[in-house]
Amino acid sequence: MDSALIPQGVKRCPTWQFLLWLGIVGVVLLWGVYAMVLCWIKGLNQTNMNDAYGFALWIWADLAVIALGGGAFFTGFLRYLVGKDELKNIINYAVLIGFICYSSALLLLAIDVGQPLRSWHIFWHANIHSMLTEVAFCLSCYFMVLTIEYVPLILENRQLDKIPFFHHLGHNMHEIMAIFAATGAFLSFFHQGSLGGVAGVLFGRPFAYREGFLVWPWTFFLFTWSAAACGPCFTLLVTKITETITKKKLVKPNVVDLLGKISGWMLGTYIVAKIIDTWYWALVTVPSKGFTLTDFYSNNALYGIWILVMEILICGVAPAIILIIGPLRRNSALFMTAIILAVIGVCINRWVMVLQVMAMPVLTFENWVLYYPSWQEVATTVLPVVYGIILIMISYRYLPVFPQEQELNPVEK
Amino acid sequence: MKEDPNHIKARKFGMIIDLDKCTGCGACMVACMSENNVPFKEDESNKLDSITWMRVYKVTNGKPYPDMEICYIPRPCMHCEGSHGHSPCVSVCPATATDYDQATGIVSQIYTRCFGCRYCMAACPYHARYFNWWDPVWPTGMEQYLSPNVSPRMRGVVEKCTFCFHRYQLAKDRAFYEGRKTIEEGDYQTACTQACPAGAITFGDLNNPHHKVNQLVEPDPKHNGRPKNPNAFRLLERLGTNPKVYYLTSREWVKRAGDNYLKNED
Repeated sequence: MDSALIPQGVKRCPTWQFLLWLGIVGVVLLWGVYAMVLCWIKGLNQTNMNDAYGFALWIWADLAVIALGGGAFFTGFLRYLVGKDELKNIINYAVLIGFICYSSALLLLAIDVGQPLRSWHIFWHANIHSMLTEVAFCLSCYFMVLTIEYVPLILENRQLDKIPFFHHLGHNMHEIMAIFAATGAFLSFFHQGSLGGVAGVLFGRPFAYREGFLVWPWTFFLFTWSAAACGPCFTLLVTKITETITKKKLVKPNVVDLLGKISGWMLGTYIVAKIIDTWYWALVTVPSKGFTLTDFYSNNALYGIWILVMEILICGVAPAIILIIGPLRRNSALFMTAIILAVIGVCINRWVMVLQVMAMPVLTFENWVLYYPSWQEVATTVLPVVYGIILIMISYRYLPVFPQEQELNPVEK
Repeated sequence: MKEDPNHIKARKFGMIIDLDKCTGCGACMVACMSENNVPFKEDESNKLDSITWMRVYKVTNGKPYPDMEICYIPRPCMHCEGSHGHSPCVSVCPATATDYDQATGIVSQIYTRCFGCRYCMAACPYHARYFNWWDPVWPTGMEQYLSPNVSPRMRGVVEKCTFCFHRYQLAKDRAFYEGRKTIEEGDYQTACTQACPAGAITFGDLNNPHHKVNQLVEPDPKHNGRPKNPNAFRLLERLGTNPKVYYLTSREWVKRAGDNYLKNED
């Protein structure tokens, strides 16, 4: 039925099967949309957030998807600026995943604020001292860059490509893509960093507060670094999931191996920096505020020292070792374990920098406050996930996302 | 009356709360809610989602009876100065919806500019900032009792204690009307100060040596306003928030409850 839209030389599932899955995922999407509308109409009383938890599940999800979407800027940086040409075979997918992650982040922010119609105040009344202002500006600009990077892929659709204007537009956009990749890398450095700064500058919250360099706390650099390390891991993970679902090889092993290796080195160097940061924080910063490290990991039902071990050792050091050492990296089971752990690790990092900061009491006569999200919060957090699945389904079906697909999966005529 | 901050010595309004006098009666909380049109719910027992600009905490020395002692700690917004006006909340607000007034030392909240991101709440270690999770609804007829000098807040924005800033504006207007160039100590007092039956709260200009607040705590300008009076302390002093609310007590354990200390620290 839709065969005229499907790229030539590749095989796709029957239309009924595609529509069936689209329908199933669409139901979940509607559930999320319903919760979103409830939050917009009735307000944030639909959530389980409270005055202790001004930041909660959504801000975590926001930070997590932005970190995971970091694969787009870093792969683009490697492909266009460093000149790793092999990565042209995965850059489309990295851009698509980045586009999904960043649009999701913007959507979540639009639900999260108490007065969404006033969101423009962040631009109009911008406070240059606020890390969130920097996030808003860079995030919006980078989303435009991602859109510009995604458009040429859309224009490669078989039917759109037949229109001369779109054909030439797509071609010319490809020609200047290095400029956008550079712009994207620049913007990403700042917004990933300023997201780290959001927590790091909170000098009233000793769990989050970090010293730093000039106006930037160390978390500024650590967030950028971890996004560059774990973002590509997420791109690889989604690629592997897509290959499993489609039962096809979509990217050649050398491409996966190269990106995995670079991620491994990024993760390895990041985790060394993170350990140094944690060490200094625990021995110097925290005691200067009257706390000990154990104060942050005791007297509550959830946040034990296990979360620090999990984040740094199990989801940081272990995947870095696997991805750096060639024979380990080339073992497919270990490779999958490593990229999954890296993705979990960066999500835990974002979790503690948002949720644990809120949970931890600072006044001596207050207690830990734990929180669980309402169904509306869960549904609106699932919403971007299913939106992403739908966009991937449509893009994969109708656009030449994987340049090596045809070669790896020759279609018998 | 319009004052040019360049031609007057900057004021620094602050509050001293004598914890040895406070009985925990809660009159300050009631006066604050009434004065500032603070919305309330039918059930206010969940203090995590109800708004109390002035909140009274009950603190004990942790000892069993008969050695147990209780102290009530009223906690308004601390109007932190931080370093050069970079208080924890002001510096983070992305839309400049909260501001540090160098002329008065008061941290303001611009309700119509706030878009409810709640970053300021995350930044405040005192939990002095509150979010309007619901539309403000008053029981029928009670709208008639709302103060015309304070704008009610809408759902989805953050609010907090303003040191009854509207009273400062009224005091300035009155002074102008009476031909005075400046306001006296008694002209501007917060609602909680006036409501406290024990006289535990003192309010005034910390920069003015003639004001009681200055004499009570002797803030040291060379050390970010740290009190010279050994019986005075500020909550979470060592975080560097530089608050303008001081507490007085003769009890060592109460003073120690005001901040976090390592086991080996005095």
